Amino acid sequence: MIEAHGLVKRYGSTTAVNDLSFSIRPGLVTGFLGPNGAGKTTTMRMILGLDAPTQGSVTVGGRSYRDLPAPMRQVGALLDAKALHGGRRARDHLLCLAQSNGIPRRRVDEVLCIVGLEGVARRRAKGFSLGMSQRLGIASALLGDPAVLIFDEPVNGLDPDGIHWVRTLMRTLAAEGRTVLVSSHLMSEMALTADHLLVIGRGRLIADTSTDEFVRSSSQQSVHVRSPRAAELAARCREAGATVRAGSTSPGAAAPVAGPGAGTDPDVIEITGMDSAEVGRLAAAHGIALSELIPVRASLEEAFMELTRESMEYQAAGATR
Amino acid sequence: MTDVAIAPAGPDHRAAFRAATFGDVLRSEWTKLRSVRSTFWALTVTVVLGVGLGAVISAAAAHGYARSSASAKLSWDPTGVSLAGVAVASLAIAVLGVLCISSEYSSGMIRTSLIAVPKRGRVLAAKSLVFAAVTFVVGEATSFTAFFVGQALISGQAPHAALGDPGVARAVAGAGLYLTALAVLSVATGALLRHPAAGIASLVAVLFVLPGIAQALPDSWRNPVTEYWPTQAGGQITSVHIAAHSLQPWPGFGVMCLFVAIVYAIAWTVLDRRDA
Repeated sequence: MIEAHGLVKRYGSTTAVNDLSFSIRPGLVTGFLGPNGAGKTTTMRMILGLDAPTQGSVTVGGRSYRDLPAPMRQVGALLDAKALHGGRRARDHLLCLAQSNGIPRRRVDEVLCIVGLEGVARRRAKGFSLGMSQRLGIASALLGDPAVLIFDEPVNGLDPDGIHWVRTLMRTLAAEGRTVLVSSHLMSEMALTADHLLVIGRGRLIADTSTDEFVRSSSQQSVHVRSPRAAELAARCREAGATVRAGSTSPGAAAPVAGPGAGTDPDVIEITGMDSAEVGRLAAAHGIALSELIPVRASLEEAFMELTRESMEYQAAGATR
Repeated sequence: MTDVAIAPAGPDHRAAFRAATFGDVLRSEWTKLRSVRSTFWALTVTVVLGVGLGAVISAAAAHGYARSSASAKLSWDPTGVSLAGVAVASLAIAVLGVLCISSEYSSGMIRTSLIAVPKRGRVLAAKSLVFAAVTFVVGEATSFTAFFVGQALISGQAPHAALGDPGVARAVAGAGLYLTALAVLSVATGALLRHPAAGIASLVAVLFVLPGIAQALPDSWRNPVTEYWPTQAGGQITSVHIAAHSLQPWPGFGVMCLFVAIVYAIAWTVLDRRDA
């Protein structure tokens, strides 16, 4: 259980985190999502006692991190996989961390096996790829077998096998009843891993909701329709208050709106503001035959973009999305 | 590997953990110190410089003794000559002391360390204590070896010293104590300044450059400066003959320890408050 109350962090005149309150529950993978520079890492650093909040407080299991009697046995964290002394062997790196919390030596070999680094235990960490460093960082987080786990962008630098492994690991950890907080700027990654989402932009909380709910509520759903009398149906739908645009042959991929452009099919329209049942009823009432009627749900990525568009800190000039 | 077993005993055994202690942090810092190569090299340099350079200086000084002036013969200090290498070797200890904490800042390891041990004062205390203990052992071994090797080379060509002579045992053991105080000073400086280059440069300035500049000052300024400058005062513990305008051995060493304590306290306060 991680709880934040009115968390604020200012660096000079920059406000990195602005009045953030949340509570992260055990048994779920909570995705901490936001564009780069949104304040995810700063928030995690405050949870872990590295940065002091300018205002507000954050506790882990009811205590501030600095007051935990055996921090690594209560919280496992991976902030930066490269935050280690490159001249130290992987095993020694884990051993010095284990010793600092009175964790027995054999646990070091256990976690090396869990992350699949037992073969390079005696290699110096500076020779590690980013993927291997991530695994080493995950190993250090697991050392104390903690009830709370915090990972900052854990899949960075991992190959597809590694990404799949991390996802499975997160889900397993949560299924064992642990509290798991994982940050990412990749919505698609979170869609596959997280049960619950905390979305932040410019240091502010934008959404605190289940992943499913997030997609449902924050994105417009549309209906893809193919009909020989598409133009007539479009007019009926507009009368009923919906928005209609020319559709492309594949559902979900919007065609250039007012274009005689390639990929536009005069028989296809995309309707927003009505669900598929309503469109179906309307078509039936006017005797319009439909050859395709497909509800299109925006992808999580689109939902995320839509939600954070205003809060992007760094945006390419002239970019429309 | 997809079959992930995180805890062989299941998460329920978590209830049984005990609180982390300062002893745990000491063990951890000892592992950190012994598991990087720079430790081995810096300590080797300390011993080689301390004993080897001391031997060369002893042999050369003893060789020149017969031809030296009467006043030079009067101030002949065989103990000081044989320990001359240890004074130079102090630089290796200073560098290693600064590195053992500033390298954590340059690599980012400090964040990992402070997440593992959020009571930051413990990290600084354990690091200082472990490095001071190692320096004490290596420093005493080096200064006694340098003393015996030096006296063996001096004897026969010039008057030599024995451990039983007044003040000699204290001076030789004092050389190890001086290095130990310097070890704590360098860890604290490294913690305070965070950058290896800044830390090492500051210590070189304190140890060698500023005392050298003081020599250029007029007497009325120079004398109190050389008397109370922390590392100069601390160096008195290694002297058999007390020169004019310098403190007695133990008070001098006390001045150095007080200075070390002040720098340590500042480093502790800053480390505790600063965002890591």
